[in-house]
Amino acid sequence: MSVMEKSEETTASGAREYLTFRLDQEEYGIDILKVQEIRGYEPPTRIANAPEFIKGVVNLRGTIVPIVDMRIKFNCAQADYNTFTVVIILNLRQRVVGIVVDSVSDVMELASGSVRAAPDIESAIDNSCILGLGSVGDRMLILLDIEKLMSSVDMGLVAADD
Amino acid sequence: MAETYQEGSGSGADFDLSQFYQIFFEEAGENLDQMEHMLLNLDLVNANDEELNGIFRCAHSIKGGSATFGFADVAELTHQMESLLDRLRRHELQPIPQMVDVLLESADASRSLLARHQAGEQGEAVSTTDLVRRISELAAGRVPGGASAPVAPAPAPVVAAVAPAPAFVPAPAVSPGQPRQLQIQIGPLERPEQADAIKELFRDIPGLGSISDLPGLEPATRRFAVETTSTNDDLLDLFAFHVAKEQVVISDGVTATAAVEPVVQGGDTAEVPYGFFHDAPGAPAEVVKVPVAAVPAANGASAVVPKAAEPRAQSPAQMESTTIRVAVNKVDQLINLVGELVITQAMLAQNSRGLDAGAYQQLLAGLADLDRNTRDLQESVMSIRMIPMSIVFSRFPRMLRDLANKLGKKVDFVTLGEAIELDKGLVEKITDPLTHLVRNSCDHGIEMPADRLAKGKPEHGTITLSASHQGGSIVIEVRDDGKGLSREKILSKALERGLDVSEHMSDADVWQLIFAPGFSTAEVVTDVSGRGVGMDVVKRNIAALNGSVEIDSAEGYGMRVSVRLPLTLAIMDGMSVGVGDEVYILPLSSVVESFQVNADDVSTVAQGSQLVKVRDEYMPVIALEKIFQVPRFDASKSSNIMVVVEADGSRVALLVDELLGQHQVVVKNLESNYRKVPNVSGATILGDGTVALILDTGGLVRRARH
Repeated sequence: MSVMEKSEETTASGAREYLTFRLDQEEYGIDILKVQEIRGYEPPTRIANAPEFIKGVVNLRGTIVPIVDMRIKFNCAQADYNTFTVVIILNLRQRVVGIVVDSVSDVMELASGSVRAAPDIESAIDNSCILGLGSVGDRMLILLDIEKLMSSVDMGLVAADD
Repeated sequence: MAETYQEGSGSGADFDLSQFYQIFFEEAGENLDQMEHMLLNLDLVNANDEELNGIFRCAHSIKGGSATFGFADVAELTHQMESLLDRLRRHELQPIPQMVDVLLESADASRSLLARHQAGEQGEAVSTTDLVRRISELAAGRVPGGASAPVAPAPAPVVAAVAPAPAFVPAPAVSPGQPRQLQIQIGPLERPEQADAIKELFRDIPGLGSISDLPGLEPATRRFAVETTSTNDDLLDLFAFHVAKEQVVISDGVTATAAVEPVVQGGDTAEVPYGFFHDAPGAPAEVVKVPVAAVPAANGASAVVPKAAEPRAQSPAQMESTTIRVAVNKVDQLINLVGELVITQAMLAQNSRGLDAGAYQQLLAGLADLDRNTRDLQESVMSIRMIPMSIVFSRFPRMLRDLANKLGKKVDFVTLGEAIELDKGLVEKITDPLTHLVRNSCDHGIEMPADRLAKGKPEHGTITLSASHQGGSIVIEVRDDGKGLSREKILSKALERGLDVSEHMSDADVWQLIFAPGFSTAEVVTDVSGRGVGMDVVKRNIAALNGSVEIDSAEGYGMRVSVRLPLTLAIMDGMSVGVGDEVYILPLSSVVESFQVNADDVSTVAQGSQLVKVRDEYMPVIALEKIFQVPRFDASKSSNIMVVVEADGSRVALLVDELLGQHQVVVKNLESNYRKVPNVSGATILGDGTVALILDTGGLVRRARH
């Protein structure tokens, strides 16, 4: 809760807090308010005929939660599952989804001034799901609109007519 | 209406309707509140279609309900409101402040009329004539009050008419719920035993009240002391099933008893024990005083008093004290906790399986107790929320009879699956959509008797309402053998309304068009239906329950609307089967048998699909490994066990590796966080905390058929 309160205070000054994680060599940031918790990876139950990046579903204290491997979705070179692999549980508009990433780095506060619009680039995901690029020192953060990304049809998490 | 239901459920249904009054009054109150709120926020210059539709739907719902329950005055007023709102939402009129005024006043008037009905028709009804006139003038595009009169004072007279309403409404509210004491005299009858059937009515219909015998004045008559909350008219209607109305005399309990007393005292002593029963809640207080002297005798004679009368007389009083009202969310929390407990218990059971029975005897005995107690607890908790479909179904016979009479149609009403239990929340929310569907079937589906005969159909149309479990869902069907949907009519109407349609659409897509807001192919707008609301509300309400609506129709033969509701919250008996390294759950209710298969019994048909012969019956084989693309790491294992499952009346054999066991599983909704998965109806959590998918046997059977 303290994180949320703090974040709301800082929003007033135009700054927002992002949880950053790594996929291969790339560093991404997502709105911290969308994050419910971070867990270790446990083998999910496979779902037949699902896209390759949907690893299956797990039991999160009685709730059935789908698990998306972002490394496969973003075409990373390799996607190993070991003791360091983490799952970020997101809470998006009544839906709970878990995403698998290589590692979680930290929580970062970015003022709106330090976020630049992303240039038009070709990538594995829809450009409109990229909020912008944040620069922290010499690091480049790719800020994702995780809610939009997860609810897009090609994620396969929602039915096409939903 | 047909005799069939009058004998079967008519007597109960007529009375049962009143148990929904309260629900209707609550719903209508909510609708009025909502309508008022939306009217107040309505932007007159730039009225939003969604808002206008919303206000319209509120009026429509109230109208539908009040027509169902026979509150003609409210139905008439709301029908007028609806006409005006309909023109507004079609943009045939521009909303003006006077309209909002008159609609708000009409809402107030409806509210006080409803309050009067709720209070048992006591007090003076608010006159709606003026409101009706003003609404129809507005609907015709005129501003009421004439051009010369200023607009503002126009509402004044009506306000005056409405204002007294609150003053008198609360006052009579005290008496209606109170039981009334009555004396009922039946006869003279040729066969006085007929009157005894009336006593059975009181026994069979819960909440009707209590009855006890009084000595008859003449041999051919029967007299009863009755305590009831029902009106005389209701009672007469009920009794009409057994004796003619003319032979029933209902009189107020207190005065009538006074006239009869000499008979009690003068009668022979064998009659005295009846006096004892004046002590029951059914009898007025005065009576008790008179036979006091007879009471000791009565006590002595009480052994000969018919025993059945006593529990009947006391049951209403007990009913009230044996139920409690609990907030639904408390029950839900309880159910969730029990679900978690079941999972924990299953985990303990699984982990203790390897323990040595000798060394851990006490622990294992404790776990066995825990198993049994958990199961019992779970069953009790689940039953709290479940109510049978008959509660919903029983409100339709009466509504259909009235509707069919009004329309001059002949309709038989058949219900199936009344014992199917459904979650209370679902029952409440499914009632309105079902009402719309049944009304639609009667109004649009069933033809006039003459037309039916001309088409070679029986004169009586049949509307069937059925409920069943199918593939982890509950399916409620409304079926009629009427004229069905007309593809051409729907398409031409859709084109007229500028919807995107083409001649080549599949039938199923065409039927879906009738769910569009404002869509109706009825030529005449009646107060029953034809305005095109209804189906969009139906779809909306059912979608809100995560359900779906499907329509099947054959022009000239009838149509079927199937409402499929998911079992979002349920526990079922499952059979777990292993395929490769994965575990799937089959609903035990659909498992017929399982056996080890011989290669000789499986034969292949041209396209490569397999059939297995089981006792002279060939059935299609579905290899779970194939349809779920199960990866196989251990090539030495293979599927050689068949599980025969039955759904929708046909059977298929599922090919699996092994049978793992039977246990109760908590059905979890896969769609709340994910999407619908083909051939899977839900998921559950196994003892080890992992998730297993529950197979949709209905889906598998349908798949095998194609």
